[in-house]
Amino acid sequence: MTDQELIWRISGGSGDGIASTSQNFAKALMRSGLNVFTHRHYPSRIRGGHTYTEIRAAADPVKSRGDGYNFLLALGDSFARNPQEEAVYGNEEIKPLSENLDELREGGVIVYDEGLLDASEIPDFEERAEENDWHVYPLDLRGLAREQGREVMRNTAGVGATCALTGMDLDHVEELMRDAMPEKILDPNLEILHIAYDQVREEHDVDAHDVSVPTGEHDEEQLLMSGSDAIAYGAIDEGCRFIAGYPMTPWTEVFTIMTQNLPELGGISEQVEDEIAAAALAVGASHAGVKAMSGSSGGGFALMSEPLGLAEMTETPVVLIEAMRAGPSTGMPTKPEQSDLEHVLYTSQGDSQRVVIAPGTVEEAYDQSRLAFRLAYEYQIPSILLYDQKLGGELMNVPKSHFDREPNPALGNTLTEDELADEPHSADGKFHRFQHDVEDGVPPRSIPGQKGGRYLATGNEHDPTGHICEDADNRIAQIDRRTQKLEAIRADLDSEPTSAFYGPDEAEYGIMTFGSQQGTVEEAVDRLNDAGHSVKSLGVSDMLPFPSDEVEAFIQSVDEVLVVEMTASGQFRGLVQKNLGQYGEKLSSLLKYNGNPFEPAEIVDGFEAVVVEGDAEAPNHQTTFVPTAGD
Amino acid sequence: MSAFSAINEEREIDRDEYTPGVEPQPTWCPGCGDFSVLKALKQALPEIGRSPEETLLCTGIGCSGKLNSYLDTYGFHTIHGRSLPVARAAKLANPGLEVIAAGGDGDGYGIGGNHFIHTARENHDMTYIVFNNEIFGLTKGQTSPTSPKGHKSKTQPHGSAKEPLKPLSLSLNAGASYVARTAAVNPNQAKEILIEAMEHDGFAHVDFLTQCPTWNKDARQYVPYIDVNESDDYDFDPTDRVEAAEMMRETEESLNEGKVLTGRYYVDEDRPSYGQEKRAIGEMPEEPLAERYWDDDYEWERSYDRFVGKHA
Repeated sequence: MTDQELIWRISGGSGDGIASTSQNFAKALMRSGLNVFTHRHYPSRIRGGHTYTEIRAAADPVKSRGDGYNFLLALGDSFARNPQEEAVYGNEEIKPLSENLDELREGGVIVYDEGLLDASEIPDFEERAEENDWHVYPLDLRGLAREQGREVMRNTAGVGATCALTGMDLDHVEELMRDAMPEKILDPNLEILHIAYDQVREEHDVDAHDVSVPTGEHDEEQLLMSGSDAIAYGAIDEGCRFIAGYPMTPWTEVFTIMTQNLPELGGISEQVEDEIAAAALAVGASHAGVKAMSGSSGGGFALMSEPLGLAEMTETPVVLIEAMRAGPSTGMPTKPEQSDLEHVLYTSQGDSQRVVIAPGTVEEAYDQSRLAFRLAYEYQIPSILLYDQKLGGELMNVPKSHFDREPNPALGNTLTEDELADEPHSADGKFHRFQHDVEDGVPPRSIPGQKGGRYLATGNEHDPTGHICEDADNRIAQIDRRTQKLEAIRADLDSEPTSAFYGPDEAEYGIMTFGSQQGTVEEAVDRLNDAGHSVKSLGVSDMLPFPSDEVEAFIQSVDEVLVVEMTASGQFRGLVQKNLGQYGEKLSSLLKYNGNPFEPAEIVDGFEAVVVEGDAEAPNHQTTFVPTAGD
Repeated sequence: MSAFSAINEEREIDRDEYTPGVEPQPTWCPGCGDFSVLKALKQALPEIGRSPEETLLCTGIGCSGKLNSYLDTYGFHTIHGRSLPVARAAKLANPGLEVIAAGGDGDGYGIGGNHFIHTARENHDMTYIVFNNEIFGLTKGQTSPTSPKGHKSKTQPHGSAKEPLKPLSLSLNAGASYVARTAAVNPNQAKEILIEAMEHDGFAHVDFLTQCPTWNKDARQYVPYIDVNESDDYDFDPTDRVEAAEMMRETEESLNEGKVLTGRYYVDEDRPSYGQEKRAIGEMPEEPLAERYWDDDYEWERSYDRFVGKHA
């Protein structure tokens, strides 16, 4: 844990501008020299419902949400319904102040808008505040904003109050507002910011508590980015100029970024009738010689399983992305989970012949988005980038230099017309697209419109000429060749491993995870080692083809491994065991599937209880422990 | 210089170029209507001057899907119902290609019905041939979306309780800008209609009545047929949407009564194709996107230059 950190939670209703206010504040903190990490929580509603964003800021690197929070800015929920305690959703009006109040740390600060919220509606509020040494500042933010023109600007008043109470300079906030706001609303907002700041400093004892904004300095210039941004930018740098999709939370973020930029980049975005069509369009565009992608979240990806199989059989390069959310079915649309892992690995007809990569950080999201394209086009195989609502939506600061890269629009293993002339053809001029004996199992392809390249791509099994064929020997040869591509991809990936090793090499224990939990696990590793334990971690990205050697070496190097994942059935642990065929006695699981990502303390406490102490259950009932096979 | 020199190449094209060396004889049953689609295509393509290597034929699954094996163009034999989304993306990626999609009535009006509606709605510049035999042939004679009400089969043992789908009316309402019906037994009309369909700038839908002599024995052989554009008994203007709709309704109802009406039903030459619409709003490049990947002089923009400012 960082010694000094601000975890600022801004809460209100959907539609109240929580997201934009928090994004600006996070950027202001970043520009002041701090490392920042945001965590979003929102309902599947257009208006109202409890929504919040947490910004964690510290001088030391932050890779995860924190444990709880130490500053609450509770704005009103201007669209709240059911203002009764006994209503189905409870009293929504008071939720920005009442919800998850227990997670506010001892000594924490509460600023709430007394123009909209009445703290007396919360049972024992004053007693709880006293007990926890909370410092409560009821401010009429709405009234203040209204006096200056517009009630909706109360968010700005809240930010002004935050700065006053945490000792943060207004400069960076002001600068951000100037960048982000249109002129018409800028002046009143700046005015509100200053009035709120001054008023709080004049009328309240701002030093009565210990929560303050830390100071820090970056070695190099930083950017505030989300995983969704990084995935889209990676695709653009790989020359992807075609996307087809259908809106679905949370994949829509990447779809939107691509769609807003592709026309200017001379590309094409298609919003289509359903996800079957979306994936089929990406396949069709790629077949015609364009670098193409599609994507969805669980339910939409289920529809893509058909065209995915078609891409495998016809060896059409294509990148699909899957933004996981809590399932099954509609599940919890705005909440993260990692339980589509098996779905993405195995869905569609026949044996899986695809690449599945799960990035763990924003930087990896960029790198591995590019990697997914490179592998898809070089090896003529569908690549799937698997991430989740957490990685997609969280913002964190990343070094600007990481993105200073050259584009790679290469189509991969594709022939020119001159090269085609030297390739094998049938007597009638048909190009032998699916030759058996080729290096790495990858026969080069032609593109429709090229002279000397015509062939049939078919979802049926086919012979080297592309002709539909059910001959047994041909079947074996074609399956073996396509499988050989996965072996070649594994060797390719081994030359530049994507897995993230963290902690001391000679550690006694290991924690293993995949995808978006990587940063949280690494913070837990730091804390455990600080507390005198000996722990290291492995964050795996390659789901298929699986890095068996690397994972096996990690497991062999420690006494016991705790596998951390956001699934209820331990899918990642299952994948490890399926690939390695053993180590059931060494692997236990810590699972979380309540709709929220792990907090570092849940992993720390869980590890100490179940691995070190040998308890039978995780200490926090929001997480679940599954012991090793031998227990 | 184009990387795709087969596209728009000036040369004479022989219809034999479309006959593959391997398995030149289709495996369709003797008397199958599908032969006529193949023959009409082999006649129509050289007449419009499109060679095998500038043509992309996308098919679905069923007897109709085998068309790819017997017409030697670039081909994509996709999956059941999905030929349209694959085909229209290929056309967007490279508008220089002659793109044709083909499938059966189950494929296009049943499982792929949603794609049919939306491809017609968007008016993609392509031709869609539906082999309509009012039955599922390859899977051995089950009732299809166009089978008449009361049609008995192993999957509808008491006779279908459903009215047949009305493909022409559906197509018109969905937004197709060229709608025609022809029949396997009418090869000259079939060829002419396919030529018009392929030359049409927009979504051209051809409902092609293809008798199934094996599984639909009781059904009509679609003779005698009447060409509604030629017959003196019918007087309607295919450029008039209301008159076209009325003619389609009559055609669809009379088929169930044993009267086979065919012809061009709706032709709208004024409606811009989807590609034209997209280009008009700046959402599609003027040059074929597929060419860019072969252009060594093209400067690919870096995301770094484009986006960094937004995140700093």
